[in-house]
Amino acid sequence: MHKNDFVRQLQTPGGSMKIRQALNLDYMLTGILITLCAISLLVIYSAGGQSTLYVKRQLVFILAGFVVMGLVAQFPPRVWERWAFLLYIAGIASLAAVLFVGVEINGAQRWLNLGFTRLQPSEFMKICVPLMIASYIAKNAIPPTFKHVVLAVLLIFLPVFLVIQQPDLGTAILICASGFFVLFLAGLKRSYLISAFVLALAALPSLWFFVMRDYQKQRVLTLLNPQQDKLGAGWNIIQSTTAIGSGGWSGKGWTKGTQSQLNFLPESHTDFIIAVLAEEFGLVGVLALCGLYLLLIGRCLFIGLNATSMFGRLIAGSIAFTLFIFIFVNLSMVSGILPVVGAPLPLISYGGTALMTLFVGFGILMSVAGDSKKR
Amino acid sequence: MNDDSTFIDLTRQHQIFVTRVIIACIVAIVMSIVIVARYFDLQITRHQDFVTQADNNRVHMRPASPSRGLIYDRNGNLLADNRPTYNLTIVRERSQDMEQLLVDLNGLIDISDNDITQFKKRLKRRKPYENTALKYNLSERERSILAVNSFRLAGAEVSARLTRHYPSGELFAHVIGYVGRINEEESQTIDTIRYSGTDSIGKIGIEKHYEDSLLGQVGNEHVETNARGRVMRVLSKVDPLAGDSLTLHLDRRLQATAHAALKDHRAALVAIEVKSGGILAMVSTPSYDPNLFVSGISQVNYSALVQSEDRPLFNRAIRGQYPPGSTIKPIFGLIGLQNEDISAEHTIDDPGYFYMDGVERPWRDHNSKRGGHGKNVDLAEAIIESCDVYFYTMSVDTGIDVLADYSQQFGLGRITGLDIPGEQSGIMPSKEWKRQARGQPWFNGDTINASIGQGFMLATPLQLAVMSARLASRGKVLEPRLVKARNGVEKPPTEQSAVIDIDSEHWDYMHRAMRDVVHSPRGTANRIRKDIGYNMAGKTGTAQVISISADDEYDRDKINQRQWDHALFIAFAPVEDPQIAIGLIVENGEHGSSTAAPVARLVIDEFMKNQPDQQLGQR
Repeated sequence: MHKNDFVRQLQTPGGSMKIRQALNLDYMLTGILITLCAISLLVIYSAGGQSTLYVKRQLVFILAGFVVMGLVAQFPPRVWERWAFLLYIAGIASLAAVLFVGVEINGAQRWLNLGFTRLQPSEFMKICVPLMIASYIAKNAIPPTFKHVVLAVLLIFLPVFLVIQQPDLGTAILICASGFFVLFLAGLKRSYLISAFVLALAALPSLWFFVMRDYQKQRVLTLLNPQQDKLGAGWNIIQSTTAIGSGGWSGKGWTKGTQSQLNFLPESHTDFIIAVLAEEFGLVGVLALCGLYLLLIGRCLFIGLNATSMFGRLIAGSIAFTLFIFIFVNLSMVSGILPVVGAPLPLISYGGTALMTLFVGFGILMSVAGDSKKR
Repeated sequence: MNDDSTFIDLTRQHQIFVTRVIIACIVAIVMSIVIVARYFDLQITRHQDFVTQADNNRVHMRPASPSRGLIYDRNGNLLADNRPTYNLTIVRERSQDMEQLLVDLNGLIDISDNDITQFKKRLKRRKPYENTALKYNLSERERSILAVNSFRLAGAEVSARLTRHYPSGELFAHVIGYVGRINEEESQTIDTIRYSGTDSIGKIGIEKHYEDSLLGQVGNEHVETNARGRVMRVLSKVDPLAGDSLTLHLDRRLQATAHAALKDHRAALVAIEVKSGGILAMVSTPSYDPNLFVSGISQVNYSALVQSEDRPLFNRAIRGQYPPGSTIKPIFGLIGLQNEDISAEHTIDDPGYFYMDGVERPWRDHNSKRGGHGKNVDLAEAIIESCDVYFYTMSVDTGIDVLADYSQQFGLGRITGLDIPGEQSGIMPSKEWKRQARGQPWFNGDTINASIGQGFMLATPLQLAVMSARLASRGKVLEPRLVKARNGVEKPPTEQSAVIDIDSEHWDYMHRAMRDVVHSPRGTANRIRKDIGYNMAGKTGTAQVISISADDEYDRDKINQRQWDHALFIAFAPVEDPQIAIGLIVENGEHGSSTAAPVARLVIDEFMKNQPDQQLGQR
């Protein structure tokens, strides 16, 4: 039926509106995404020492991302609602696989080698978990009952546990957050919220003593006093705040940032890319980027608020806030508010898997948006 | 469920969702404000701090080493120059693991434990991001090994540097001295900014005395470096100023001649240009190669030098203090004449010994067969044949204080003021001196000992030469000088030099007598007169190393060679218009006439070769 609609509308003369509707493409969302990706390419070019190597690769990822987004958008939300469980199972399986046959880089085993490229399954869990929880909760009572909450929490903690084993605390927390947002938006009772909060606080000491590795503890300590080990653990944070701070209002100009161009800035094209942008484009650049992000999140929420199904609402809302949390964690970490965890800046940092995950998410959003428009 | 309740339910669900979105939005807005506030704080409020920090990161001031002033002899021969050498240096901040780096480096080239110990000492004194030398003087092979492996030796680099080099090796070691690494003690006192471009400092000799002029002015370069310390570009630079070049009075040929003649002895020779007080030659043997010290002498080499019985590091020319022996007689004769204790006509009878009133023990005449110099010995004869008894007799009349007063004007018993450090003052005894130094009163016997340059009297070879020069110039008091010109500009003579108050006729008399020491068949130095093309004045001397009682004969075979007498000689030439004056001593050379005088002849011959006018005039 879906396909018939598509064909019929294509054959109808006139009306790009109709084609758009048929392709389920949200123009505003697409426009914001294209702008952000363009910015990403500009900053990556500068951060990569003005070599086009990373730019070319990222461009391929972006193009692939748009294709994936378009494909995902073609399926109505209920398909995703139905398939969420399978995706979740596949995600858990690949996470388990990582623990056994994963590729180890820098002491962390996070990647699966597919021969032509490496895949980071934990990144995909950032979309699989909210999908799973949204579909599970939407199917049952709203607001969720105790039983459902317990089950949902178990569904969240299983992948979180596996990711911690890699170890990748940052991603684990983000996965946890993305699942939690679904529960929160679904109207999780205030008493549950409070008890969850208290539990989380109580769990902090045991997190410190039993879960966190030494290098992770070091990062927290470094945050408190980066000067303590200037050339060691403190280096990253000192160099990134220096880069950001020296940017001033309008920055040093594109490709003119001394911190990034002279390699003082670590991971300048991936996790620390905001420091490059802040150094070269200043606070104006940072605020412009934040504005774009707000538009993007706003659009996601708008889609969520207009969604016809509970699943659509929950998934759109959780994607919007998860996106916010990603951005928040990255911006705080680079500017020295939070400890350094492996968290890229959505849509701007170089990296294929994270980008794909995001585009899958936006594809689902467009599917939700298209679904509500048709009704 | 009926439609109605479903509808209500759906509305309620939607409301819950909307409420939750609003709550989440409020939280998100608060969090966003935190972020924006943080970036505002970093980028606007603390902007200047971070600009400074970013600049400190990338911009480094590198000192630009000035090249040390060159040292030339009077004819423009280079005595000290600078050569490029290649050193292995490490910037600690740029090596990830310095200990590992040291291990890696040691695997590639040979680095001694001593290098590492020294390196770690230096490491403590340096500033952040400063190059610290690990190994000096890399060979070409070592340099290429390091170049090939440089990619995995972050923090290590090979840097070219100008290093002091002394082309004449041991020839000028005691005069010019050498530069060496700045040691811990020196690093406390030096101006660290002036020395930021170098790790060498003058240790002794000219290099030390003229350190300030030779050092030059350090320049600097502001360079932009990347995080690995690689210099990307030079932002600004101030060129260094080379140190002053010094031209010495020294004449390389004379130095070489004297050195060659003395190198198998423990000896010292100083030759002075009479008219200027400039040092023409200054030799102390045995010598050493100053180049050994420039980049840190090895323990083996150093022990060898320090432990050698001949003490090659000891600068005999200015620090060796010897009894001047009979070389003192000309000035004592002059003092006697001036003081009218004797006259040109005054004679004595010399039975070969001298008895002083109230002393049982006689003073022997060392320079005659038993039986003495005979009857009617006048001052000239006493100089020519070196008669001790004449001076024994005279000195008691003159008294030690008059002798001491004049002798000091001739340069004895006090620092001559030569422009290198370490000079010893020798001893010109007086009543006052003995009271202070020994706490004893002066005896006439002490005067008699002093009258032939023995007893308490001590003089350095430099002082002998100065005395000789003042004899030659008829009492003109000039300070001896090594440096003739700075950057080619000669220092104009400043003060009118003092003149020792002795009558002209006495000078004439003494010059004639000293000429006859060399040229008369009876002169003690007559064996060097053969084929001499000019008139030379001289005086031999012999200094006892051990005292021999008056009754015993000095028998060389019974005495350890190191206790043989020292041979001394002073000389100047040409007598008519003296140009060069010499003082020299050969330790354990026994007789001034046989060992020391021929060396003076060689040196003066060499000097006279380049004095065509004099040579023609005399022939």
